[in-house]
Amino acid sequence: MAAHLVSTTINGDAVEFACPADESLLSALRNRLGLSGAKEGCGTGDCGACSVTLDGRLVCSCLVLGVEANGRKITTIEGMAENGVLHPLQENFIEYAALQCGICTPGFLIAAKVLLERNPNPTETEIRYALAGNLCRCTGYDKIVRAVQASARELRQIEKRKGRKKKGKKS
Amino acid sequence: MPMRYETPSTTREAAALLENEAGAAFVLAGGTDLLVRMKLGHIEPALLVDIKHIPAMSSITHSAKGTRIGAAVSGAELGEHKAVAKAWPGVVEATNLIGSDQVQSRCTMVGNLCNASPAADSVPAMIAAGAKAVVVSRLGRRTVPVEKIVTGPGQTSLNKGEVIEAIVLPARPSRSGDAYLRFIPRTEMDIAVVSAGVNLTLERGRVKTARVVLGAVAPTAVVVPAAARAIIGSRLDEGALEKLAAACSAACNPIDDKRGTVEYRTKVAGVLAKRAAKIAFQRAGGA
Repeated sequence: MAAHLVSTTINGDAVEFACPADESLLSALRNRLGLSGAKEGCGTGDCGACSVTLDGRLVCSCLVLGVEANGRKITTIEGMAENGVLHPLQENFIEYAALQCGICTPGFLIAAKVLLERNPNPTETEIRYALAGNLCRCTGYDKIVRAVQASARELRQIEKRKGRKKKGKKS
Repeated sequence: MPMRYETPSTTREAAALLENEAGAAFVLAGGTDLLVRMKLGHIEPALLVDIKHIPAMSSITHSAKGTRIGAAVSGAELGEHKAVAKAWPGVVEATNLIGSDQVQSRCTMVGNLCNASPAADSVPAMIAAGAKAVVVSRLGRRTVPVEKIVTGPGQTSLNKGEVIEAIVLPARPSRSGDAYLRFIPRTEMDIAVVSAGVNLTLERGRVKTARVVLGAVAPTAVVVPAAARAIIGSRLDEGALEKLAAACSAACNPIDDKRGTVEYRTKVAGVLAKRAAKIAFQRAGGA
């Protein structure tokens, strides 16, 4: 095997792995690094179950080569909860029953997080367009949209409180 | 044989790698078509040349003289460039229609062009805009109108050892507008059944110059000069629009499949061209 050495950052940690040039990032994450949160649904970029971020941009990790990760920053679903505390999106997916079998869930969570970072107050239409690259065959999407809306509200409140605290400190 | 992967830092170096490879060699930009074809076993590359480490391919420059979009610039990056989106809304919207947000993070205009699908969204808009491709090889560079690149489904006019470095859009006269529309049976994540791109410039409220291009109705995108002539000199009145639609329908040579019949595609091509012309006219400041 003509392996390439890849030095990358995953969820804030420096990581090195070796893989052949034609191996997908998804396969490297799952089979070499034990990060099995990203799922392989279609393997052709249609379903979004393998969504991760690459230098902050949402991508299908099945359509990225492992070697392309060299020198870049990746985040996966494993990096979403901080110190064992679930992200509001994760909490709300549970609260709103926005999952059944769960295969699509990591991808939806990553895509929704990217959306809310760019657009903290999306309309329902914007949410549906932003999540169009993620397929779910269980929920009918409605509960997912409600969970994202609830999370957006919550995250805006958290930001507001942070803003007030900062103001309070200054005065 | 294991596949080789190279990351050259200049376009010339990329061209040399492609030229010197005896086996199947491919350019890797966003990979949203290439990696799918590899996965499905349609191709077995001996070499991939990743162009994303080439500065000349990774940037957008925009000035009064024109716009240059590097071959490795993603759809998302293009969409975020406010000045280009303002000057060429049709081109940018067409490019941003490709795939999901996940695909937009990776896909490129040049990849969309060289994949050579008859239904490629960015291609009719680029051709309508008068876009040119900067083609680089060991021997030098040439500038080729985008409509000369695709020769048939999956086929391009590029020779071995040639690589497209960038797409160049001409200087934008004032009172200009462009638009691209496609028909798909759903609202997102689908491939055009029919599409139309229109680019025009006005003078004293009348169409002075125009280019009308159709997608997904023939083996390649179709430039329809008769449709442009139908609206040149007009204020885009209903009569001119009817002539434009008729010229577009006459230029169609579509396939018949489950997504659209020949008759349907032929009819809808005229309808979409009319609508796109109206949007372009409005964007150019026409009343």
